Amino acid sequence: MSDSLQLDAATQNELQKFIAQETAQRKVNESVQKFTSLCWDKCITNVTSGRLAPAEANCLSNCVGRFLDASLQLVRDVENKRSQIGGL
Amino acid sequence: MFGFGSSSSSSSASSSSSSSTPGLDTMEGRKQAVMQHIRNETALSNAQELMNASTERCFKSCVVNPGASLSSTEQTCLSGCFDKYLEAFTVVSRAYGSRVRSELGPNETSF
Repeated sequence: MSDSLQLDAATQNELQKFIAQETAQRKVNESVQKFTSLCWDKCITNVTSGRLAPAEANCLSNCVGRFLDASLQLVRDVENKRSQIGGL
Repeated sequence: MFGFGSSSSSSSASSSSSSSTPGLDTMEGRKQAVMQHIRNETALSNAQELMNASTERCFKSCVVNPGASLSSTEQTCLSGCFDKYLEAFTVVSRAYGSRVRSELGPNETSF
């Protein structure tokens, strides 16, 4: 790609940095999409109102935080098991 | 925010475009064009995923017994549901963003 674009090394570097940032952004987007659908299913019961109730917004916010907490906890649990069993 | 459209300069292939938009005959112009193309792809895929997820959920909730056509009640429900899903997306986006920032601290720019 870089050959046909005829970019100098400095510009190629710039582009690579940009691509790395954009890739990170895509991962964020993917997570937000996942959490929105996951937490919608947990938090939204009444769909006809057309607007988010404060309690629902709160639930969505909590849902994201608790999922991340749960994820961290499970990683710690796995690490504990590994060290207990001794060098898996 | 949802990235339904690109925000910055138009990508012009001719060098007779406005002076603020470098053409593809310059390296800067080619660089900008590539960057804009990549941004557009990110925005497009984000928008598509949002449409898929909201359509599925709103159909599930609003069209319980599919008839020969969408009733006006179903149509109203679908529109309201979609607005609500966009709001939910925004709330989740903020919650996730602030949580990530607080986990990483102020100096990290990526993860």
